[in-house]
Amino acid sequence: MFGKLTWDAIPFGEPIIMYTLAVVGLIGIGGIGAITYKRKWTYLWKEWFTSVDHKRIGVMYIVVALVMLLRGFADALMMRTQQAMASDGSPGYLPPEHYDQIFTAHGVIMIFFMAMPFVVGLMNIVVPLQIGARDVAYPFLNAVSFWLFVSGAVLVNLSLGIGEFARTGWVAYPPLSGIAYSPGVGVDYYIWSLQISGIGTLLTGLNFFVTILKMRTTGMTLFRMPVFTWTVLCTSILILAAFPILTATLFMLTLDRYMGMHFFTNELGGNPMMYINLIWAWGHPEVYILILPAFGIFSEVASTFSRKRLFGYYSLVWATIVITVLSFIVWVHHFFTMGAGPNVNAFFGIMTMIIAVPTGVKIFTWLFTMYRGRVRFETPMLWTVGFIVTFSIGGMTGVLLAVPGADFLLHNSLFLIAHFHNVIIGGAVFGYLCGLTYWFPKAFGFKLYDPLGRAAFWCWLGGFYLAFMPSYFLGFMGMTRRLNHFNVPEWRPLLLLEMVGVLIILCGVACQVMQLIVSIRKRHENRDHTGDPWDGRTLEWATASPPPFYNFAEQPVVHGIDAYWGMKERGVKTLIDADFRKIHMPCNTSLGVVIGVLSTVLGFALVWHIWWLAIAGLLATVAALVVRSYDQHTEYYVTAEEVERVETERRQLMAEA
Amino acid sequence: MSHIVLNETAHQQEQGYEDAGSLSLFGFWVYLMTDCILFATLFATYAVLGQSVAGGPGAADIFELPYVLGETSLLLFSSITYGYAMLANHRKDKRRVLQWLGVTFVLGVGFIAMELNEFHHLIAEGYGPQRSAFLTGFFTLVGTHGLHVLIGLVWMALLMIQVQQRGLCCVNSTRLSCLSLFWHFLDIVWVCVFTVVYLFGVI
Amino acid sequence: MSSESQVHSSAGASQSSHKSYNIGFVLAALLTLIPFGLAMYPSLPRTATFLLVLACAVIQILVHMVFFLHLTTAREQRWSLVALVFTVVIIVLLVGLSLWIMYYVHYNMLGL
Repeated sequence: MFGKLTWDAIPFGEPIIMYTLAVVGLIGIGGIGAITYKRKWTYLWKEWFTSVDHKRIGVMYIVVALVMLLRGFADALMMRTQQAMASDGSPGYLPPEHYDQIFTAHGVIMIFFMAMPFVVGLMNIVVPLQIGARDVAYPFLNAVSFWLFVSGAVLVNLSLGIGEFARTGWVAYPPLSGIAYSPGVGVDYYIWSLQISGIGTLLTGLNFFVTILKMRTTGMTLFRMPVFTWTVLCTSILILAAFPILTATLFMLTLDRYMGMHFFTNELGGNPMMYINLIWAWGHPEVYILILPAFGIFSEVASTFSRKRLFGYYSLVWATIVITVLSFIVWVHHFFTMGAGPNVNAFFGIMTMIIAVPTGVKIFTWLFTMYRGRVRFETPMLWTVGFIVTFSIGGMTGVLLAVPGADFLLHNSLFLIAHFHNVIIGGAVFGYLCGLTYWFPKAFGFKLYDPLGRAAFWCWLGGFYLAFMPSYFLGFMGMTRRLNHFNVPEWRPLLLLEMVGVLIILCGVACQVMQLIVSIRKRHENRDHTGDPWDGRTLEWATASPPPFYNFAEQPVVHGIDAYWGMKERGVKTLIDADFRKIHMPCNTSLGVVIGVLSTVLGFALVWHIWWLAIAGLLATVAALVVRSYDQHTEYYVTAEEVERVETERRQLMAEA
Repeated sequence: MSHIVLNETAHQQEQGYEDAGSLSLFGFWVYLMTDCILFATLFATYAVLGQSVAGGPGAADIFELPYVLGETSLLLFSSITYGYAMLANHRKDKRRVLQWLGVTFVLGVGFIAMELNEFHHLIAEGYGPQRSAFLTGFFTLVGTHGLHVLIGLVWMALLMIQVQQRGLCCVNSTRLSCLSLFWHFLDIVWVCVFTVVYLFGVI
Repeated sequence: MSSESQVHSSAGASQSSHKSYNIGFVLAALLTLIPFGLAMYPSLPRTATFLLVLACAVIQILVHMVFFLHLTTAREQRWSLVALVFTVVIIVLLVGLSLWIMYYVHYNMLGL
């Protein structure tokens, strides 16, 4: 009746998990209680959960991403404390079977449920505004994408309390991830949470690809788009090309596990190396999916806060396109040591080094943008400078690893760990936090409280260096990754130093949490009615903060790069002296939530082999889509009077400011 | 409807449904491109595992080409009949659309039936997907294509009902166009399947 | 209704007609019968058969694209064509490089 699910699935005998569940449970109940007390459920349902507005969806993505950042960071803290404690031969407090789940969850959560949604959230909020559009091409699919992502996140978190998670590392190599060596439900949770949220990601890539190609406003040719939009376009192409590989590969692993097939097994002809080959053919484009939008964010910030047009717009665009194409021919560098031989390794090693070139070009264009600009060191600019230094170091260690001979020594050592955290934190995370600070006032109408933002930056920067630079040395000293306990006295001091670094990052995170609280409390004092708190250059700053749900009363006509700056130079401050017309907008829909819930049920049922429930969930999902296909009221018109009312209100607020 | 005007006012969003139709079609085409990559992954895996028969039967032992030619004919004919349905759609001839879709549906069901029959026979002889990596690859690649055809048939049935109920209005017409892309794409994938799996397996 | 920016156009355009489908069908049928014939009644050396069958498949795919999907280089369809070409490039890279890699991975296992 319940498949493999029994009461034994709940880890009553593991105190750490039980305490965690208790705390999470209390916070959850507290949150639900607060919302109920303030009678906000209707508001949340109508304005947020059923919204198809890209701005709202973007905010929700980032909210979930930040929550998952806390969970992923907690995993990191646990790993670091275990390593600090267990470096002298003692077992530490996390037995291997638990520790293995933690480092797997850390990777899965940080990549799939923190970084991806963070970047997708920023894409959602900003891109339609930057291209002068009213919404994305497929608003309904946008909502569905978000709820599919939530479904995946829920499944990963459920695995903590019901069952277990994978113990295979975040890429889950077979044969370890096959049914013979991972007979539990952990890998199944991994598979279904990634497959479900992966569909959401693919749909997002589709959405933004079409949106950017087809819905730009008048006069905005491709080479007049802001650089962030360019990077989002290329990211979308990467998503479209790479995620089907992940889907197919996980599908094959699923068939091995559920139906006893032999894609990646040891027996009867299976070939585990094919999984490794395919998963990295996806995996490498994936990391470019994470970093390209960050490059775009830094481009916007560098030019805005240097009060100067971006240097080398064309080289930045071409570098992004080149990176997009090249990212499909470097993937073997993730497994140089696994037997492909000198010719294959040489080809991919050279390609990997070549891909560093366009990235290097970008670093120089940002530096040249700042050079002779009138630089304002607002918090986003701090993140940018921190990124330029940090990412350059990480990039260089990447080029070092690209040499197959060197990689044979450093593969899976802490040197590798240091490298990818260097580029992911110094590149992607710094980029998203920069983007968050930069675009927060656009999304909410008030700036984040700056002193805590600066404190957070310095804690992240200093903490990161302390937490990861010693790892380069530890790698050279022979320490490998994913070690649960060991007895090498030489490593101990560096590990303790790194522990301190992690605690400093923790202070940074704490500053950011406090910053949110303080900023929200002080929002009325810090309200920005101009819509343009940073003296921006691109079209999103031409709207109110937050923008009206239809974005633009009349879509602007664009005459060059940095469209809004051009408008300012021509003396056009805002776009609200318009001849108001009715506007065609999509309706809200509850189907996003419904599909999200059904997907979670489906995923859970598949994990636990509850076949009747899985079939029911699948049929219900199909039924929901059929119902949608019959829906004839998916769009409506906003009356011209309504538009006039909203715009007049804004004009008044701007005049008072 | 005029093309998107690129040098005057910016009121293009008022063009509504017609733009929505071409937007849907383009988006669906892009989705099909991702489906191509998904199939490519399965093809690559089949190619790598194709010789790993684990002491069991290989391609030449189990494939019956005349039978596959029969399946191929059904699918090819169904592509034409769908094409005729699309021509009727452009003429707004609801009756003909439903007739041609009906024929397409029957041909598609015939294809699926033949494929299921082939699978059944192989499994009954002990040559199921669990027997070897080669068979795993075979069943998965051909089976995934078959699953796509099945989904296409369900979609087709639903569309036939909706066309019957509401005629060839904008939304239905666009959906017919999308399904047309899907159906032809499946025939293209089948060309790759019969070539790489069946023909190369026997040559 | 004339939404020209589709992959395959509607009424009035010369692409879509009975002729198009009929010609496509005949070509596709030929390009199916030839390779099946060559495989069922081997009369040429193996490599030649292989290449001919491959060529027929490639040509038949093009036939499907031109005569059934009405793919052209028209301006309205430009992005669809670009997407297709890019996809083909990715597929060639993915499949080609994977086969190359896996061949050598196998080779380096020294016959195991």
